[in-house]
Amino acid sequence: MSPEVLSTPVVDTAKTPPDRAHSRARAARRRKIVVAASRALLLVVVLGLWEVLARADVIDPFNFSMPSKIWDQIWTWVTHGTALGSLGEQIWYTLHEALLGWVFGVAAGVVFGIALGRIAFLADVLGPYIKVLNSIPRIVLAPIFVIWFGLGPASKVASAVVLVFFPVFFNAFQGAREVDRNLVANARILGASDRRVTLQVVIPSATSWIFTSLHVSFGFALIGAIVGEYIGATKGIGLLVAQSQGTFNAAGVYAAMVILAVVALVAEGLLTFAERRIFRWKPTGSDS
Amino acid sequence: MSADTSPAIELRGASKTFRTPSGGLHTAVRGLDLTVRRGEFVAVVGPTGCGKSTTLTLVSGLEEPSEGEVVVAGEPVRGVGDKVGFVFQQDATFPWRTVLSNVMAGPRFRGVPKAEAKRKAREWLARVGLSAFEDRYPHQLSGGQRKRVALAATFVNDPEILLMDEPFSALDVQTRALMSDELLELWEGTGASVVFVTHDLEESIALADRVVVMTAGPATVKHVFEIDLPRPRKVESVRLEPRFIEIYREIWESLGEEVRITRERGAAHVA
Repeated sequence: MSPEVLSTPVVDTAKTPPDRAHSRARAARRRKIVVAASRALLLVVVLGLWEVLARADVIDPFNFSMPSKIWDQIWTWVTHGTALGSLGEQIWYTLHEALLGWVFGVAAGVVFGIALGRIAFLADVLGPYIKVLNSIPRIVLAPIFVIWFGLGPASKVASAVVLVFFPVFFNAFQGAREVDRNLVANARILGASDRRVTLQVVIPSATSWIFTSLHVSFGFALIGAIVGEYIGATKGIGLLVAQSQGTFNAAGVYAAMVILAVVALVAEGLLTFAERRIFRWKPTGSDS
Repeated sequence: MSADTSPAIELRGASKTFRTPSGGLHTAVRGLDLTVRRGEFVAVVGPTGCGKSTTLTLVSGLEEPSEGEVVVAGEPVRGVGDKVGFVFQQDATFPWRTVLSNVMAGPRFRGVPKAEAKRKAREWLARVGLSAFEDRYPHQLSGGQRKRVALAATFVNDPEILLMDEPFSALDVQTRALMSDELLELWEGTGASVVFVTHDLEESIALADRVVVMTAGPATVKHVFEIDLPRPRKVESVRLEPRFIEIYREIWESLGEEVRITRERGAAHVA
């Protein structure tokens, strides 16, 4: 037993008078409410202004649409389905492509990143090629994928994969490179083989790097899927955008954007949740 | 030479030269001869940056000597062996593993079954007084507690040779004295040979059977002092004994000169 095990820090707030602590808590609560109210107000003002200006013909409602029309469009899609089938089906289709592309892209990015980060020979040989590939604006590959893989989901998955791969790869690579050398030395002394060092030291310490890229890359996967659908597809939100545009239905384009934003936010939320579970070992700054 | 009578560690004319980032050559250790007997506690002191740590990495097998030979338990060192434990200066606990899992890491890396590893780990955690903390993560512990985890994680492997690279230098003075006492207690039960690198002369005398004074870099052995203070020792009280002060003065005469040389070199670099 040692002193620092036994000693528990005495919390200062115990000494402050209760009414001061109370008023401080109330002030914090009030601030939260003010922030939330201001946010709502900002949204209402922007949407309201848009609506009013469009109705007053200050901005052209045909090109710029207006919030009420967009809402009507979403509602119609929800209740009566889109020209392509039910809205849920379109969302699912896009999400499905994005998820598949994301999973493949992330898997490939992590595997290549860790492998190149650990094996200097591979990094030296492949490094320049990866740089060249990365400098290509990969979104232009989407039409090529449509030619190669047809109008089905495969071409969208492919464009999502190429968008997702690079950020994940570079982060995994960097993560594998920046592993604390002390940890590696310690693991080796404790008896870890090279394989164990990779699996139990390099990969865990690279996960925080990799996770940073996962947030960005899911957005990229959605972009890949949408652009693929926009160029040529039989189903999906991207096609919805393309069709709305083709029929000069500005509200439809905006409505699809709103739906996409919701989908992306939900996915982001799920990812953050998973991250919290995985990184319990990390100091968060606020807790403990 | 049979394995039983051979010394625990022998460095024969070991040198280590590194290539610096600017392309030059830096000799950290030159012509180092040092023998550590079995079960002996040797402290290595020397001026800052003289190559003490390099000596340890040579013995551990993390680095190979550029010249000369390193022999551990009668066998030349080829890579990291399973007889060696190493406590690093910086924190080297795995932040994503719990305390228990950190201590289990060594046995698990060496293929000990999980249940057995857990039993051994719990035993060592109890010995360093951290049983109540086995589910915590390293970031939830104090510096001293993390050091205890590192000690438990090292001792759980039953190392014949224990290498320590300024292990307590990041701790505050009180914790440091406490950890030194704990280290002596833990070590006395194991019969391991220890090489303890430090720049703190007091610490080295309080802990060791012999104190090796290194020259200003490139490091080589300047002088070896036998410490005839009786064991068991308590770090806080032993340093008040007249004999301790006598030894301190004697060693400082040797070490002080090297420190002065290092300082003058530093000044020359700045100028």
